[in-house]
Amino acid sequence: MSLSELPLWLVLAVGIFAILGAMLTLVGTIGLVRLNNFYERVHAPTLGTSLGSGFILLASILYFSVTAQRPSVHEVLIFIFVSLTTPVTLMLLARAALYRDRMESPNARLDPDADIKSEIPGIEIREIR
Amino acid sequence: MIKRLLPYPLLFVGLVLMWVLLQQSAGIGQLLLGAAVAFGATHAMAALVPEQPKVRRLDKVLLLMWLVLVDVVRSNIAVTAIIILGHRRPEQSGFLRLPLDLRDKTGLAVLACIVTATPGSAWLEHRAADNSVLIHLLDLKSDQEWITTFKDRYETLLLEIFQ
Repeated sequence: MSLSELPLWLVLAVGIFAILGAMLTLVGTIGLVRLNNFYERVHAPTLGTSLGSGFILLASILYFSVTAQRPSVHEVLIFIFVSLTTPVTLMLLARAALYRDRMESPNARLDPDADIKSEIPGIEIREIR
Repeated sequence: MIKRLLPYPLLFVGLVLMWVLLQQSAGIGQLLLGAAVAFGATHAMAALVPEQPKVRRLDKVLLLMWLVLVDVVRSNIAVTAIIILGHRRPEQSGFLRLPLDLRDKTGLAVLACIVTATPGSAWLEHRAADNSVLIHLLDLKSDQEWITTFKDRYETLLLEIFQ
């Protein structure tokens, strides 16, 4: 099936979803460069792994479901795996950063139960009760 | 009896479903093959983790997924705005330490994944001593709103589901 034979609504919907997803992922990568410190930069790629990949996969589901004449939903698996694995990676990276900050502070303690407020100069923690 | 045969029924169903989706065919051969793989995997899982998470309210799981979806959309818009505004933004990022009521391990894992998967908030470290968590927020100005969402929506729901 060539592109001109596809119904207009499908072309529009697939195009809009794919571009939206790509834009969000792009903004995420720009954020990775532009944000100020490591802990802030951790937030940026989640744009691409949450809604960014979501929109692109939605475009893929729509396109292949119509052109292949049968539902194509295995893209959902990609979304599930990406949403499950990125938080784990981000937490590992963030904890590595915390560990490094603790190590480099003058009164270093490796004990995670120790309060990092008093340990790392320049990091302030707001305590919620 | 059924417990010994299928130690993790939900995992079993999930794995068979995954197999069928991956093969893109629900033929009897693929179903059998998927069931065999899932059977082996659930028993490997049983050998690894003796304690089994209890999902008490399946209806609440659906509600939780819906709430997460809505929040992901909202925070995507918010974080996009922050990145595009760049250095002119007035917001400040920062750390929060929150006390938790949730103690169930699976519940905490789910909560950590939700918080980190949502742009704008990251779960850094759980402190077992006082059951509190260290969280980094990209926009600390709206932290009160974020804490309310976190405590009232997610933690309450997860308490109902797992505890």
